[in-house]
Amino acid sequence: MSAREPGFATLAVHAGAAPDPTTGARATPIYQTTSFVFEDVDHAAALFGLQTFGNIYTRIGNPTNGVLEARVAALEGGTAALAVASGHAAQHLVFHTLLTPGDEFIASTKLYGGSINQFSHAFKSFGWEVVWADPDDISSFEKAVSPKTKAIFVESIANPGGVVTDIAAISAIAKKAGVPLIVDNTLATPYLWQPIKDGADIVVHSATKFLGGHGNSIGGVIVDAGTFDWSATDRYPFLSKPRPEYQGMVLHETFGNFAFAIAVRVLGLRDLGPALSPFNAFMILTGIETLGLRMQRHSENALAVAKYLAAHPKVEWVSYPGLDGDKYHALAAKYLPKGAGAVFTFGLKGGYEAGVRLVSSVELFSHLANIGDTRSLIIHPASTTHRQLSDEAKVVAGAGPEVVRLSVGIEDPADIIGDLEQALAQL
Amino acid sequence: MNHDSYEDAYIRAILDGVRTIAVVGASANPVRPSYLVMTYLAERGYTVYPVNPGQAGKVVAGLTFSRSLADVPVPIDMVDVFRAPEHVPQVLDEVLALAQRPKVLWTQLGVRDDAAAARAEAAGLQVVMNRCPKIEYGRLSGEIGWSGVNARTISARRPKLMGQGVQRLSIATRGPASER
Ligand SMILES: Cc1ncc(COP(=O)(O)O)c(C=O)c1O
Repeated sequence: MSAREPGFATLAVHAGAAPDPTTGARATPIYQTTSFVFEDVDHAAALFGLQTFGNIYTRIGNPTNGVLEARVAALEGGTAALAVASGHAAQHLVFHTLLTPGDEFIASTKLYGGSINQFSHAFKSFGWEVVWADPDDISSFEKAVSPKTKAIFVESIANPGGVVTDIAAISAIAKKAGVPLIVDNTLATPYLWQPIKDGADIVVHSATKFLGGHGNSIGGVIVDAGTFDWSATDRYPFLSKPRPEYQGMVLHETFGNFAFAIAVRVLGLRDLGPALSPFNAFMILTGIETLGLRMQRHSENALAVAKYLAAHPKVEWVSYPGLDGDKYHALAAKYLPKGAGAVFTFGLKGGYEAGVRLVSSVELFSHLANIGDTRSLIIHPASTTHRQLSDEAKVVAGAGPEVVRLSVGIEDPADIIGDLEQALAQL
Repeated sequence: MNHDSYEDAYIRAILDGVRTIAVVGASANPVRPSYLVMTYLAERGYTVYPVNPGQAGKVVAGLTFSRSLADVPVPIDMVDVFRAPEHVPQVLDEVLALAQRPKVLWTQLGVRDDAAAARAEAAGLQVVMNRCPKIEYGRLSGEIGWSGVNARTISARRPKLMGQGVQRLSIATRGPASER
């Protein structure tokens, strides 16, 4: 290659991959094996001591997963990455590497509901306390900072869609507080937005969604931006202190600007164990080859659908930042010039009954709880994912009775709109 | 030359060309970065001489420590410096005083001294600063991708096995042997 930096589409197809050195296989092989033979005892010792690059056991690393990791790191503009079993596993390992019991982290109130659950309940039993802040009021992040704060967590575009987070502004607060900014970039993907350029120190993904993109594999990725100075204080001992697990090695000193990616692997994935199957890594890698093409089409289709719905007499409101006049349109113009993604919500004038009726009347849309599939997806949160919440809590969570969420697929836009049209006609 | 960044071809030619490397400021402690670098380079086929007056004569991982660069028993192709930046001029003095001059002065990540670099270049040495030869080798061979690291290289050519076991890749220019 020339000295010129390869473009996004080239990286999406090539980064991290090369023809297999032994067989010449051009597609990345699925190394479906638990373990790898050592050349001799010295080689084994060097691998276990983190002295040499190489493969030991698929819970710690696998060559197929390694290609996925290097590719997502390249697409996000990070130094290194780690692929894990799910988006939630990625979040768990990130916080495990940063926090000890009694620590706090600040999280946006505008997050995927599953992440709100994970932070509020599951993390409590680890002694990690979440402090909520509202991205519509940036000063609430600053007010939430305490001496116990170890990290800030936001989503770039927040699920259930429509919210665009001002990452540069929140990054400034994180820098002032001396803590890393973690951005869940699942809904935007690096094609639409590279949060590292706006100050993210760690990026996480549910690769289950647009990275894989075809609704066939659960997976997660953690990207190290290489930007955070873990040794500036002694608040991140996994990185800055001698580790008893590795004979006193100091990971930041040893691995420099990719130390976080190594730490989540050798102190997180190794010990907590949510490894990604190499088969899933292969499926996600194959999906990523067309990431740019798909995200462009997803965004164009979503904008067309949002415009259609905004003009429909049975629709009360549409929350899509790609629409002129939307609350987040200015942020979308700044951060998402190529498009505002596929996922958004809208409200039906007919309320709860209309929502239930709509999801039962669609033919092309699939009624399910996922997003980020090639197929168009629909859900009525109040009757499904958010059913157990009180009416009041539903509204706060953006899942009021009239709300419908779409993940617009890459089918022909006329067919997507046509399906909504026939379904709306039945209300 | 400018030392803010290097072309991959420049680094590859250096790492492909040198055979004997002296590591100044090497540690005998197996979890120190200098130890990890020198043992890795030795594993990848380089002849490595750790240099550290406090460890002179000690043998670690099959490598024998020398008291000084002048005490290294063979001609040195490359000197890799694991010392704080303020020591680089003095190391360079020792390099330039050697009977057979090394071809390359390399200083580790975080170690940069542009004045010393200019002096070394005027004396005919090639210089690499603020880089790690282990990372560069891992990047250019592709091995570092096994750890999920973004190697910032792209190639549709087949990587070459070193021929010394399966988990070792060479940095030799890729492609079919018949074309080389
Ligand atoms: C924004 C976001 N983050 C994280 C997750 C969790 O990912 P996974 O389901 O792969 O564990 C999801 C899943 O819906 C999501 O939408």
